Amino acid sequence: MFLTVTRELLGGLWTTFQIFILTLLFSWPLGLLLAFGTMSKWKPLKGLLQIFIWIIRGTPLMLQLIIIFYGPGMWLGYNIWSGNEAGRITATVVAFSINYACYFSVIFRGGIESVPVGQREAGQVLGMTRSQIFFHVTLLQMVKRIVPPMSNEIITLVKDTSLARIIAAYELTYAGYSFMKSAGITWPLFYTGVFYLLFVGILTLLFNYFEKKLDYFR
Amino acid sequence: MAFLEVSHIEKNFENTKVLKDVGFSLEEGNALAIIGSSGSGKTTLLRCLNFLETPDRGKIVVKGETLYDSQEESVVKENELRKKRLHFGMVFQAFHLFPQYTALENVMLAEQMLAKERPDYKQNKAAILNEIREHGQQLLIQMGLKDRMGHYPHQLSGGQQQRVAIARALALKPDILCFDEPTSALDPELTGEVLKVIRGLAEQKTTMIIVTHEMAFARDVADQIIFMDDGMIVESGDPRQVIENPREERTRQFLTRYFEG
Repeated sequence: MFLTVTRELLGGLWTTFQIFILTLLFSWPLGLLLAFGTMSKWKPLKGLLQIFIWIIRGTPLMLQLIIIFYGPGMWLGYNIWSGNEAGRITATVVAFSINYACYFSVIFRGGIESVPVGQREAGQVLGMTRSQIFFHVTLLQMVKRIVPPMSNEIITLVKDTSLARIIAAYELTYAGYSFMKSAGITWPLFYTGVFYLLFVGILTLLFNYFEKKLDYFR
Repeated sequence: MAFLEVSHIEKNFENTKVLKDVGFSLEEGNALAIIGSSGSGKTTLLRCLNFLETPDRGKIVVKGETLYDSQEESVVKENELRKKRLHFGMVFQAFHLFPQYTALENVMLAEQMLAKERPDYKQNKAAILNEIREHGQQLLIQMGLKDRMGHYPHQLSGGQQQRVAIARALALKPDILCFDEPTSALDPELTGEVLKVIRGLAEQKTTMIIVTHEMAFARDVADQIIFMDDGMIVESGDPRQVIENPREERTRQFLTRYFEG
């Protein structure tokens, strides 16, 4: 039985991992764009994005997930997500990416603004373009500063993936929970905690590694 | 026409007039020192020359090429602005070295970026990068930093950092090198090494504008001097004459205050 459960939970973990990694992949660049947008001198754009971020950060992720998954079918009359597992995972990734991009954008903005203005000016008087200054001067200094808050958000993301159960995506928590219904046993649900702990444990080691790697400059 | 012609520069921040009708000219190979108390507009003037600020009025001409003229309505594109900036080099009071790069990488960075625009970059990439590296090494040796090339800024003393910053500014061979109080952030025992380097540049006939509080240095190194107060040029001329026998009362007051400490 233990082996059966473990195998089943590993299957759920794979879905959890897919949601996790894809969300990071999309929300990082999206968050960076949002950060630039909210730092824009063009007021309408800035205001619009601030309202958007307020709405996304101000409502539950679970609610956003339900709206994204069921919304099109309910209000537009046709379901844009295929009803299979892939469709559920895609909808989850879309909802999560938008949500996390908003949180990340605030972290990115804080990181960029914490790099002294003199750094940008030094690049400017050396004839560097704006994008050269961002990628060759600002970016790494920003990354160094945002590792701690970023690690918090990423760890939260690992556990937030369990929300995908609400639209019946077969992730880790759902896999554990399903044994309660099918076999009447509760321990697999608690057993999932071990997987989350291991997942987060590995990530923590990675964050420590990055922090050490970036220790070479101040 | 002089090498650098600056005329009628005006700059306001909100309602404060920071620069009021400032003009001067500088010949090639000469060093100009700008003195004056804090808030007199010296730094703003340098920042205008480097296009870190845009003057509200005035004209800047280098080697006969008009870089800025408030009379001509023009929307300047980023690319043009970059080219204009390259006429000037800038050494900041607080160095502003890039902390994630070694001394040598700091000096090489801008040249590497610029090289990417060369049409033969892809073909001769290795040779070009090698050339840039050698040039950077040579500049650091000139600054007396031969054994510090691989050090990161936080591993260097203030004086060493400022010398790296000077090498970085020289890397793109600017027509005019500007110094914004290059020794003001340094401990007294470290100012000497930086002043020595600037003195060396003056001897090599580098065209320079130096904003400084080091009067003795300005007197010995500069070919001409400007005293600024309240956004205006109060007095200018031969450094020895201005510092030792100022004509204007305001210059005299400033110098008296300065030498009394």
